[in-house]
Amino acid sequence: MARHRGRGFAAINYPIGMNLGGDPSQALVHANPDGKFTVALSSIDLGQGMKSVTRQIAAETLGVPVEDVWVDTADSDTGPHCMGSFASRGTHRVGNAVIAAAREARAVLLEAAAEELEVDAGDLVTDGRGNIHVRGAPARAITTMAAAQAAQFRQGRTVSGRGIFLIPLSPVDPETGEMTPVSCFAHAAMMVEVEVDDETGEVGVTDMQSAYEVGRALNPRLVGQQLTGGAWMGMSHALWETTEPFYPDRAHRPVDFSAYLMPGPGDLSSHHISILERPAPDGPYGAKGPGEMCANPVLPAVANAIWDAVGVRVDDLPITPEKVLRGLRAQGGARPRRRG
Amino acid sequence: MALKPVALTLNGSERAAFTEDGENLLDFLRRRLGDLSPKFGCGQGACGACTVLLDGAPVLACLILAETAAGRRIETAAGLAGAALHPLQRAFVEGFAAQCGYCTPGMLMAAVALLRANPRPTREEVVAAIGGNLCRCTGYEPIIAAVLDAAGHMERRA
Repeated sequence: MARHRGRGFAAINYPIGMNLGGDPSQALVHANPDGKFTVALSSIDLGQGMKSVTRQIAAETLGVPVEDVWVDTADSDTGPHCMGSFASRGTHRVGNAVIAAAREARAVLLEAAAEELEVDAGDLVTDGRGNIHVRGAPARAITTMAAAQAAQFRQGRTVSGRGIFLIPLSPVDPETGEMTPVSCFAHAAMMVEVEVDDETGEVGVTDMQSAYEVGRALNPRLVGQQLTGGAWMGMSHALWETTEPFYPDRAHRPVDFSAYLMPGPGDLSSHHISILERPAPDGPYGAKGPGEMCANPVLPAVANAIWDAVGVRVDDLPITPEKVLRGLRAQGGARPRRRG
Repeated sequence: MALKPVALTLNGSERAAFTEDGENLLDFLRRRLGDLSPKFGCGQGACGACTVLLDGAPVLACLILAETAAGRRIETAAGLAGAALHPLQRAFVEGFAAQCGYCTPGMLMAAVALLRANPRPTREEVVAAIGGNLCRCTGYEPIIAAVLDAAGHMERRA
């Protein structure tokens, strides 16, 4: 009886957004009387950082400090429509909608400022610190707050913008199946090391080395957080999480957290992550979506590592000790693939 | 059903409310005293989201009858911050140790209890202290790092 070490590799192409497209998201941006901006979305932030990233995108596009932007995702009944927070689509789809809305609002803001400064709006630039000034002449300036208030109280303008991002639903040729499934791919590659106990069938992931290509990482800390947690979830899907088996019948299936197993803080693997940035042509400031693809390469890499370690090929997830032991028994024991 | 008064100390304040037979401490804190920081996760002591300190010791509020807390000292995540965030809270923020945030109050209280008893924990001791708290988002590593980071800060300040 022994513990066998194995190494496995996997690489993925991960499509951003709904397959075939047809998944719009909208954004509305408006200035408030205090010169700050509200971005209204129905895109829900469930901890992945949607509000932070759309806030950054709006501030960058408007040309105002990020502190001057508030993202409101409070109510999907009254907010502009969004297809949802899934398919790793939030940053890409919603971000593009926010850019469109913020551009429209920025144009009105500059028109309002131009009227106050008695210049052409085309000659105005923002400094990102709350000021609008004539290009090359920083002294001829007005604050974004003053411009927004002039629009509101003197000029009677709404400093606001509408945005939608839609990749139209791709037709599928009924004869050939030809289609355009996706406009934007993220990529990842991962090497994992495992230890397989040929007596208990237990598999432990001992190390992960990964490279994730995410377009531009708009918020590198959030991307890193997502990749760290998501890869853990991939490890969990690979080896732990299931509502099966149930012996002798379904009535005995796990129904709560005490029987639904996930790796705890004592079951972690070291994980070195390299984030590669290759800005996407159709992404907001080049961003793709790190949402789900962080978990995806872990599963095939773990399966390959187990095969490498003991020669058991399990193609049914998760790879529980029971499945490993059945595989070992079927082939008469461990057969490490590596020699020497 | 008979209502019974329960008085206890919550985050340093004397508080009292009526409880029903069989009501657990978690429901009592949330519904009767309005402290929403301890979370309901599983209701059976499997997830740690409801972790609070009872006379300084971490307990699962969903498994404690409210009546048994009468006259005792309860601490929750809502009482951690004074004028500034507690060093653990600050370390969680700076270390991106929360995503959806649902496990965070329980994680914080488990960590508070650890650092009071053991101001210089090893990584293994941190893992053991939060071993009963489930997190779905972070993969635990940022939480472990934040607790160790806070321990370092608290020791340098002491």
